[in-house]
Amino acid sequence: MSVPLTLLGLLEREPSHGYDLKRDYDAFFGRGKPLPFGQVYATLARLARDGKVVVGESEAGAGPDRKRYVITEQGATEFETWLGEPVEAEPHLQTVLFAKVVLALILGRDAGRYLDTQRAAHLQRMRELTEIKRAGSLVDALLADHGLFHLEADLRWIDLTTARLDALAEAVRS
Amino acid sequence: MTVGHQPSAPAGPIIEARDVVLSFGETPALQGANLSVAAGEMVAIMGPSGSGKTTLLHCLAGILTPDAGEIHFAGRRIDTRGETERSALRRDRFGFVFQFGQLVPELTTEENIALPLLLGGTRRAAALKETAPWFRQLDLEGLQKRRSGELSGGQAQRVALARALIARPEILFADEPTGSLDSLTGEHVMDLLVTAARQHGTTVIVVTHEPRVAAYAGREVVVRDGKVTSFAAMPATP
Ligand SMILES: Nc1ncnc2c1ncn2[C@@H]1O[C@H](COP(=O)(O)OP(=O)(O)O)[C@@H](O)[C@H]1O
Ligand SMILES: [Mg+2]
Repeated sequence: MSVPLTLLGLLEREPSHGYDLKRDYDAFFGRGKPLPFGQVYATLARLARDGKVVVGESEAGAGPDRKRYVITEQGATEFETWLGEPVEAEPHLQTVLFAKVVLALILGRDAGRYLDTQRAAHLQRMRELTEIKRAGSLVDALLADHGLFHLEADLRWIDLTTARLDALAEAVRS
Repeated sequence: MTVGHQPSAPAGPIIEARDVVLSFGETPALQGANLSVAAGEMVAIMGPSGSGKTTLLHCLAGILTPDAGEIHFAGRRIDTRGETERSALRRDRFGFVFQFGQLVPELTTEENIALPLLLGGTRRAAALKETAPWFRQLDLEGLQKRRSGELSGGQAQRVALARALIARPEILFADEPTGSLDSLTGEHVMDLLVTAARQHGTTVIVVTHEPRVAAYAGREVVVRDGKVTSFAAMPATP
């Protein structure tokens, strides 16, 4: 999750104060891991230095920080470009699973058992996400679904690999 | 009186398969299958195609008789009982949902749902009246007079679910209940199934090869080569 680009996106809606940005970031993207205020202001300062946002004058009266941030043409262009690009598919988890299976086979360990354990862990996580989806808002459901589809893809791979273990063991040992 | 102060005894299994063996001619379908399900539990039976999932479900439900092994339901052995007794058991205490083709095409939705009650001897007006809450609960309002051939796949499965649940079965057996549906429709059916089962305390045994469907259950077992394996999830390393 890119914090600078996400903040730019929030600013693309309308000029905002730092605390508005934090509140919306936490609500939509935080998922139990709120963005520290320090990081909000450090990020905004960097964006300002790079010409992607400009900082308005302090507004008299209220709280510690009454500065409004405004996205620039350059910031808006960068954000739009990012928004239009597909995200690189992440093969990291699969790489770890693959490494464990192949290592187990090379070492003559019980790869099937490892896969069964991994399968149970995946399903356990899928159960948790399913509960979140059933209990939560549509936004929660969308996020849970994203996780569920990825875990399901892993599970399909786990099942296929389980079914091919004997052949794989031969391939790895020869 | 000690009511309310008794330590709640761990509920014994409501249904159990013990070392069940069954072959179709030369084809071994179950080779010592064990499964124990507690009352109110929802268990998913997973496993590759042809591994014996449906055969196990049919043995548990008393549709098939094992060559060896035992089936126990509510503390009594049922596989040794005659067909008359087992069919009464299926009608009175079990509910069934299959992948498709289970509604009577000539009947309206309302009549299809009321069917178990009608077959059980409830009078027509009373039986039809009892279908009303199920139309609400399963998101079927307005479809009372439709014939089953005029329903979408998702609607037909929800009607099948209502029919399976209307006689308040103790166990709901579902074999690939979302197998003929797209994933959004399938999830809607599963969501309603879980809500209804929890509300009525119904035990659910669902056969599925889809992880996203199995994830609605409290736990899963895997059938491989006619045997049941189950693995408790252990904590994963991040
Ligand atoms: N009525 C039948 N006659 C002959 N063989 C059958 C019959 N039903 C199932 N089988 C065989 O028994 C095995 C288990 O089948 P089944 O329980 O339907 O598997 P699953 O539901 O896991 O796909 C398979 O080899 C299948 O071909
Ligand atoms: Mg089957």
